[in-house]
Order: sequence, then C-alpha cells, then structure tokens
Amino acid sequence: MTAPLDTAPSGTGIGKAVRRREDQRFLTGRGTYTEDINRPGQLHAYILRSPHAHARINGIDTSAAREAPGVVAIFTGADMAADKVGSLPCGWQIHNKDGTPMAEPPHPPLVTDTVRHVGDQVAVVIAETKNQAKDAAELIQVDYEPLPAVVSTADADAPDQPQVHPNAPNNVCYDWHLGDKAAVDAAFARAAHVTTLDLVNNRLVPNAMEPRAYIGEYEPSTGDYTLYTTSQNPHVIRLLMGAFVLSIPEHKLRVVAPDVGGGFGSKIYHYAEEAIVTWASRKLGRPIKRVAERSESFLSDAHGRDHVTRAELALDKDGRFLGLRVATKANMGAYLSTFAPAIPTYLYGTLLAGQYATPAIYVEVKALFTHTVPVDAYRGAGRPEACYLLERIVDVAARETGIDRAELRRRNLIRPEQMPYATPVALTYDSGNFPRILERALELADYKGFAARKAESARRGKLRGLGLCSYIEACGIAPSNVAGALGARAGLYESAEVRFHPTGSVTVFTGTHSHGQSHETTFAQIVAEKLGVPIENVDIVHGDTAKVPMGMGTYGSRSLPVGGSAIVKAVDKVVAKARKIAAHMMEAAEADIEFKDGRFSVAGTDKSVGIADVALTAYVPHNYPLEELEPGLDEKAFYDPKNFTFPNGTQISEVEIDPETGVVEIASFIAVDDFGRIVNPMVVEGQVHGGVVQGIGQALYENCVYDPESGQLVTGSFMDYCMPRADDVPSFTVQTDETSPCTHNPLGVKGCGEAGAIGGSACIMNAVVDALSEHGIRHIDMPATPNRVWQAIQAARVPVAAE
Amino acid sequence: MYAFDIHRPETLGEAARLLSGNEDAKLMAGGQTLIPTLKQRLAQPSDLIDLGQVGDLKGIREEAGGLTIGAMTTHATVQFAPLVKRVIPSLADLAGHIGDAQVRNRGTLGGSIVNNDPAADYPGAVLALGATVRTNKRQIAGDSFFTGMFETALDPGEIVTAVHFPRPDSGRYMKFRNPASRYAIVGVYVAKTGGAVRVAVTGAAACAFRWTAAEQALTRSFTADALESLTVDPSDLNSDLHASAEYRAHLVKVMAKRAVAGMM
Amino acid sequence: MPITVSLSVNGRPVTKEVEGRTLLVQLLREHLGLTGTHVGCDTSQCGACVVHVDGKSVKSCTMLAAQAQGASVTTIEGLAAPDGTLHPMQAAFREHHGLQCGFCTPGMVMSAVDLLQHNPSPSETEVREWLEGNICRCTGYHNIVKAVLSCAETMKSGAKAPAAAAE
Repeated sequence: MTAPLDTAPSGTGIGKAVRRREDQRFLTGRGTYTEDINRPGQLHAYILRSPHAHARINGIDTSAAREAPGVVAIFTGADMAADKVGSLPCGWQIHNKDGTPMAEPPHPPLVTDTVRHVGDQVAVVIAETKNQAKDAAELIQVDYEPLPAVVSTADADAPDQPQVHPNAPNNVCYDWHLGDKAAVDAAFARAAHVTTLDLVNNRLVPNAMEPRAYIGEYEPSTGDYTLYTTSQNPHVIRLLMGAFVLSIPEHKLRVVAPDVGGGFGSKIYHYAEEAIVTWASRKLGRPIKRVAERSESFLSDAHGRDHVTRAELALDKDGRFLGLRVATKANMGAYLSTFAPAIPTYLYGTLLAGQYATPAIYVEVKALFTHTVPVDAYRGAGRPEACYLLERIVDVAARETGIDRAELRRRNLIRPEQMPYATPVALTYDSGNFPRILERALELADYKGFAARKAESARRGKLRGLGLCSYIEACGIAPSNVAGALGARAGLYESAEVRFHPTGSVTVFTGTHSHGQSHETTFAQIVAEKLGVPIENVDIVHGDTAKVPMGMGTYGSRSLPVGGSAIVKAVDKVVAKARKIAAHMMEAAEADIEFKDGRFSVAGTDKSVGIADVALTAYVPHNYPLEELEPGLDEKAFYDPKNFTFPNGTQISEVEIDPETGVVEIASFIAVDDFGRIVNPMVVEGQVHGGVVQGIGQALYENCVYDPESGQLVTGSFMDYCMPRADDVPSFTVQTDETSPCTHNPLGVKGCGEAGAIGGSACIMNAVVDALSEHGIRHIDMPATPNRVWQAIQAARVPVAAE
Repeated sequence: MYAFDIHRPETLGEAARLLSGNEDAKLMAGGQTLIPTLKQRLAQPSDLIDLGQVGDLKGIREEAGGLTIGAMTTHATVQFAPLVKRVIPSLADLAGHIGDAQVRNRGTLGGSIVNNDPAADYPGAVLALGATVRTNKRQIAGDSFFTGMFETALDPGEIVTAVHFPRPDSGRYMKFRNPASRYAIVGVYVAKTGGAVRVAVTGAAACAFRWTAAEQALTRSFTADALESLTVDPSDLNSDLHASAEYRAHLVKVMAKRAVAGMM
Repeated sequence: MPITVSLSVNGRPVTKEVEGRTLLVQLLREHLGLTGTHVGCDTSQCGACVVHVDGKSVKSCTMLAAQAQGASVTTIEGLAAPDGTLHPMQAAFREHHGLQCGFCTPGMVMSAVDLLQHNPSPSETEVREWLEGNICRCTGYHNIVKAVLSCAETMKSGAKAPAAAAE
C-alpha cells in the first residue's frame, strides 16, 4: 500500500514520493517544446488539406500562390513522387482468417490523385513566415471531383458502399480471428443463460495539449539531416522515415524529440509532416518548421477507439462463465497508421479473458477502411475497448441472472493460486491477486452502504448508480520474437546506457521518452538507489537519437517495465565492472567484494571504497588492471521482455443523474490498482488520475462525430469536442497493492500509464446504466451526454406495446 | 487571420468617423468572439476599430433605480461589482456564467449583445429586464433590439454605448450550458417587477425570445407549478450535436421552473 | 500596415513593430522569445496561453498585441521572484504534482494566481469552476486543484500578496 502523499517517507529511493526534477523548468516557462525551437534561416510550412472526404484531384494550379509574398516553394504529391519518396509505412501486419495478409494500401505523405478524408494532405506551401504560407495556400486552386464517402464503421463493409481503396474490396483491411470457435459453440450449446449485448466504442480524438510540430533541417556539407519532432519515440521515427520513406541511412538522420506536451499514443506514429519538412529542407537548403493549429490536429492526428461490437456471454446455472463470443468491426480510417492493425487484434482480442477464468473465447475482428482520419492507439489502445465490452456484459449478465454484480465477478475471477494462468486468447498472466483487489475496492467504496446512499439521492430526486469495473491490461508489449511472429515489424526491447563520469556523477541514456511520465525523476530514483549515489548526481537523457544509442520510445505503459529494466541491466553491468576495479584497488579477490549503499567493501574487513572513487580510477587508470579490463565506466544494455506485464485493478464509481435534465454527476471514484512494485507513489497516483479522467471523458463527454452524408468532421474543435474540464470531474481516491509484483522483470513493476483510462469508461458507464436501470434501461452507448441520457429516459417512459 | 489595419480611437466620435463609409471596417469590443472568428478566417475586415481606448464606454452607474452599464464594461466587472450585486444580483450572476474567467476579463456587454450569438447569455438579460440599448445615435428598446440570428436593430455605423437595466424586484438566470463551448444550450432569465413577470429564453432558438405563455402563467401565479402545464414548441428551436430541439424545448421549461423556484 | 506597440513585459519596457494581426501571444513568443506561454488551441478554449494583463488573467491568443499597448503584461517567466524563488503557486504545483507534461502548466498557474487575487480562500468547487478555461489532458485536475487549495492556505498564513512578482 502506498502511504498518502503528505506522509510519504523522506528520501529519494525506490518507493519514495520524490518531487519532480523536471518541474522547475516547466513551472518557470523554461521548457523547450518543438515550437519553442527556432533554427537560423528557417522557413515555415503550411499544409493545404482536403476539404472533401473523398475526391479525385484533376489538377492543382499553384501559379497564383507561387507569386504570393514570401513564398519560397510549393510542393505537391507529384514532386514527392518524382523524388521517389515512399509510402508512410505500417509497422504491424495482420493476417486474415485464411492466412492471407491484410490489405495495405499506399499512404503517400502528399496525395497524388485522390483525397480520402477531410484533412488529407494535398500540398505544402513554404514561405518566410507562417502567415505568408497560410495566406498563399488560399490561392492554390485544386480541381476536386467530389466522390461519395463512407464514414460509418457499422456499414463500411456493405457491398454498395463507396470504396476507399481499389485493393481493399468492401473496404476490408483484414478479417481476423482468435480462439477456439468450436469450443465456444459447445459452451453456448450447454449454457443455462446467454447474455447478448451490442455496443459501440465511440471514436475519440486524443488531443494532447501540445499540437504536433516539426522542424526539418539539412546540412549540405555533410549530408546530415535533423528532424525536431513532437514524438513519443524518436528512434522509431528515424527508422520508419529514414528506411521506408526518404531513404536516409540512420547515421545521416538525427531525430530529436525535446520536451513533448503529452502524447497518449497520438505522437507514436510517423506522420506525413515529418517526411514533408525533412524532404523539403534538402530541396530548399533551409530549415523548415511546421506547427499544427488545433483545428488541423483534429483533422490529422490519429484518432482512437471506434469499434462496433456484438458480444455474447454464456453462463451456467450458477453464473460461471462458460464462453465468450465477440464480433467486432474496427475502423482503421482512410489509411493504416503506424500501429493501427495491431490495436483491435493483439491489444484487444487477447485481452478478452479480462480477470475471468472463462474457459472458451472466440473473437472475430473485421478492420475496415473509411473516409476518416486514420485510427490508431490512444491511451490504453485496444484494452479499454476489451475492458468496456467485458465489464458491460458482465454487468448486464448480473442483472439478467439476478446475481449481485460483485458476487458474479467474485465467482469468475482467476484465483491467485492459478497463476501463472494461460488464457484461451494467447496470454499467460504471470501474477495478480484479483479477488484481494476486488474486496479491497468494495470495502474502500463502502459497497454495502450503497443502498442507503441511493435512497438518500432518491430523496433529492436523483438517480444514483454504482459502477464496478475489474480491469486487466497487458503492458510492456513483447517479447520481440513473439511479437514478430504475430506480425510486428519492429523489435520491442528497450535500451539504456549508464555512464559514470570521472568525478562520480552519472548520466543515464534511455530509449524511452518522457512527455509527462516523469522519467527524469523516477529513473533517477532507481539509478541513485542502485548505485548508491545522490539523486542530484544522476541525470536522465532521452529524446535524441544522437545521444541515446537506440530506443523504442514510450507507449503501452512500457517505460518502466521495459525501459526501467534495461536501465537496471546497465546499472548491474556498471556495478559488475566497478566490482572488479574495486577488487583491484583494495587488492582483494573479486568474490570477496560486497556492494552496498554506494560502497564496495572487502568482506570481513573494514576496507572499503566508494563507487565515485572507483569511477575516478576507471577514468584515470594509473592503478588499474589494464590487461584484464578496459578503462572507463560506461555500460549499455538492451532488455527484451520475457512476457507482457499485467497491471490490474478494480475501480468503483458512483454517479447521480438528474432525471429532469439527464445530467450525470460523478459522486465518487475510487481505484485500487496492482502495478507491481511502485517507484514513486506520487507519480503513480498522478498517472491514474489522468487516465481515469480520459476514461470519464469517453464515458460522459468526448465523441468524435462525422457527418454521414458529407464525411465532414462535425466535432472539429474544442467548441464541439468536449474535453473534460476541472469542474466536470471530482477528486479521486487511489490506492495501490504491491503484494503481487511482476515475476519476470528485475524491478517487479507492471506499468501504470494506461490503467485509469482502461477501466474508467466502463466503470462510469456501469454506474450510469445502474442508475438508469430503474427505468428499465439495459444499456446506452457512450458518451452519456445529458441529451442522450434524457432521451433514453424519455424512450423508456413510453409504454411498450404488447407484442 | 487575414491582414487588416488596426485603429485605436480614443473618442466615440473618432470611432464613428473611422467606421463611416467603410463597409469593410469592423468594430472590436473585447474581441472574445471576433478574434477567434478572425483566426479561423471567417471574416476579412480591411480595418479593425478597437473600442478599448474609448474611456466613456466603460463603467457602471446607478440610474433611475436601475443600472446603466457601459458597452465596453467587461463581464468580470459586472460579475464582481458590489453595485451590481446589490441592485441586480441576478445580472452579476449571469455575467459570472459567461465563458470562463479569462473570457470574462476581456469580453464585454456591448460586444455580446451586438454580436447576438443565439447562445449568448446577455441577450436574455436585456429581454428579461426590459433593458434599453443606448447607441451613439438613439435609444433602442431591448424588446426590439434582437432581430434574428446574429442580427440586431443597429444601423450601419451605429455604435452601442451603454445598456440601461431597470431593477426588478427579483430575478434569476438559469443556464444549461454546452459542456464543450460553455455557451448556453438553454438559458432562461425570469424577472419579476411588481405584478409583471418577464421570461427570456436564450440559446434555444435562432435568437433570444420572450416566452410569453410563461409570463402570463407566472403573472397569474408566481410558482414553478404554474409552468407545469405549458409546453414549448420545438419546431422553431435549434437542434445540434449537443441538444435536439425536443430536448431544448424540455430544458426551457425545466430551467424556467428552476429559476422561479430559486426566486421563492 | 505595421504598427508599433509599447508595453511592459515582466516589468521591462518593450517596443516592437508588428503586423496589425499579431496576437499578444505571438508578440510574446515570436518577437520577445518568451516561449513559456503556449498555444494549445485556436478557439480560445484551452488556456495554455493565459498571461496577466494589468493584473488580470487573459487568453493571450484572443487578444491582439495592439490591444496591449501601454499595458503591463506578466508571463510565467515573470512570476518567480527575481532571485529565482518560485511564486507560492509554482511551489505548490511542484509540491503536489500538479503538472505532468508541463504544456498547460504556465496558463494553469497564471489562471490560478488570478483566482486567489479574487478569492483568497476558495472551496474545491470554486477552484474547479475558476479553472474551467484551462484544459489539462494529463493530470485529471486532481493534483492541480490540490495545489491551488494548498497555495491558498500558504498564502493566507504568509504575509505576501498573491499578485505576480512583476506586477
């Protein structure tokens, strides 16, 4: 259990609520985000975007725009094609049920002949100032021939729909499945009860507060390129853009991701603009900067979620789950974003066991192209969709069978003695005590007292509901060879370098990237404790391919379980080498050397030497075993995870609904989470708070809506896309349980970045539907806006005619 | 934003002179709607005339028992002014529910009513309180000021200088806000002066309007129950992503009842 | 036609020639290099750009530089004391982990400082309502609200006025 923050023990080691080292610069306006960087002689790019969801381009006339003040160049898809610029690659290949590969249509950075969503990139205007570039873009005449568009996930594969790509018949990207269909059919055949639920997981716009921004730069004397980018994983961008799009070898391409203002998945991907500014910087011999406006972000950042699902749960007469059958349509948008195909498959289908010992599961996922912005991972990525489905259908089943929802969960939870537990959908959970967490959460939320609170709310004319959600997620995706077998086109390890400097300070290089996750603090805590040096003497470096040897970046709650493990491995190598040096310095056998709290000592003697002195000796190797050991104290490590980690927990919320207006207010929200071992409880709680509010956002406020006729994005700004505000949400009660550490990584950690968002939407919707159940309402789709809730109540009040 | 020339006149006369004969010139009050509009390139004025330096357009004073508020007085000034809280507290409350704290520090009464956004709050106050709009040329009864969506009775070149709000015996503004934009999906302002009751509705339709059936019912019996039997016709109401016309019609009644209940 | 704008920024007089359409935030970021003030949206919603103009919090993306003529502007860079001592609000955000990625933080802090000028003892509800014009995607607001409430306590017990150092 974590102690409350204000009584957190002092110190800087693992488990301490160390205040953040990154805060000083952020709080004083000294952060360096990409937009804050200006390069000498830089030009500004403006991307002309399609106003149509689907149109053929019969011609682009840039003559007037070229004459506009300040314009240096205008490029279209034809210019990039002439330079043999490649398609934006997809990093994961899914195979169909019949073993054939998915449809993988080209994704040019600037379109050549067809636009496929509102916001698709048509041309780039490069000028001396931002205003000049934007002014000139209005002078470009594009001869569009508008074509019919399809935006609906549910209908995109109907035979009469407009086709997004010629090589994807019926707009099907892939038709995938997982699990034992025959076993599931058999389970349903002997079920005492079957619960069926149709649900929609609404499309979201991630909306990190910092809009995407880029600067491309080319140095003609060396042929070196530099890209400054708002990325969660600069090395991945270097690989994807260098190898697949612009044919720049790694040693000639530096990618820098400086301070990044949030990502939530949307800044994982390789975006067209990165290739455009980098390519154009060479064409023009000047740095080129491009900063998105928020309205462009809505039209060009990868969106999230967007599933339509039918789920069926088979139960025996005692309420034990026998089988789960799921059929999902997942919207890919107009093109395949970097990791899009993996999200509704290996990050969704594989999670459908949840915390339950359901013996048979079969899931089919049809991924569909539509004339919308590409869809990819957004905080949780596939796992919130799986959790939402499961936790909703379990609640509906509880209501249908008359079994208390906590009791129904209790009967079906995987028990700790079953660990490691192999699910029927390809994962093996290594650890977790789900019943313990459920009981703790029920107690913390005073589950038994709910009826009294509901009665009290009723006295005030309010409908009160309680939502229960037990989630599990698979984080720190890997091992690389397993992922590769499943279609990943990249490794999923992480690298670290721990460099002792001669006078005892330490620089740690990590291939993960911090854009709010507090790595500069938490990673330093780990290293300071393990090396026994003051935390002030440890700095964390990330986000620059010229400094960090290699990296896969930050997503999927992987930074600590994978990146942290790599750091520990590198620290261990440093200590191992330092041990040899210390043995030499103290003229003792290496086997007799003990290391504790930063000092090497000879067992059974009072001889000891500090690790800083060892470092000095390593760099000033006068008294040094040069024949056996290289000078220096600087070690690299790559860590490839042995398995996913499985953070899990139970969240309980209570809502009050005003039946007259349909307004939902959150009365309380508690979470008890198992993240394995905790490095910094303050940071962990912060991650949970933020995740939960993104879950609440999906449940109550956020919804990305396209007009079904025109394919226009209706919710294209914060005026219509409702971001949760401070006055929309309550304060939270968050606890952690450290009794089931991860069994296969050196820190025992599981990751905490996505948990809140994975359970949050299901937890709130279960509460909302619970509150509405007294009107006979069985389910409503997200978001539960006042309008939608009020309409559901109105519809329920209409007497149903006898059949 | 498209390029424009900006002017910062210090007198009303100078502002009027800059405006006259220049069809492409636009006045700017607090700019909280205009600047976002310009940023989206939805307007292209040749000249922007900023009224921010015209001193005599600001301020609040008691007049004839009511309040006269300068057109360039910010929402925050109205929200926090002890004078407003004392004389027409419901108006201070309304001002405190416009936009957010930063918008209220810049946005102005004059800008709000001249723009006449269907979802703006102040038009509800002008109608409910029977206000009078004063311009550099005349006085216009509040009841005839709002003529349609984003339309007012102002002539070209006419500048609003102040609004006079008579003091009601009691009043209450109930706002059901758009959760995203924080504009009114429906706002209902009920004001009672002697036996007379005014009920103004904003956000629901193309333009703020008085709900006369509710006024009559409340004049007969000033209770929330008096509104129970009334219905609002949704056919003329706005319908959008956030609220159907039927929902808005329903909310008009709910907000009106809550306003009345809050005045009891 | 370019115009000349003279104003005080963080206590120092500045004069710049800018286009009429230049926003205050552009003047600060692009002409004065004060990049602590951020732009997170184009519809005046997110509040990342909040600064103080004559002591009041405003959205600098929804104000023209020309409108700041003669004004006294304080940005996040001007909030700490000249010796680098953090303003109590900055210190409270750090103490209570009221920031993660840091992008909304300057606007959030400037807005919160203005709240305490109006209301030195806000309730949690009042803090949440005041901050409706500042969107944070990272923190879920929990720790921001905690920081503001804690700062109010600190300020009440201390003698120091809550206004920004440069005002």
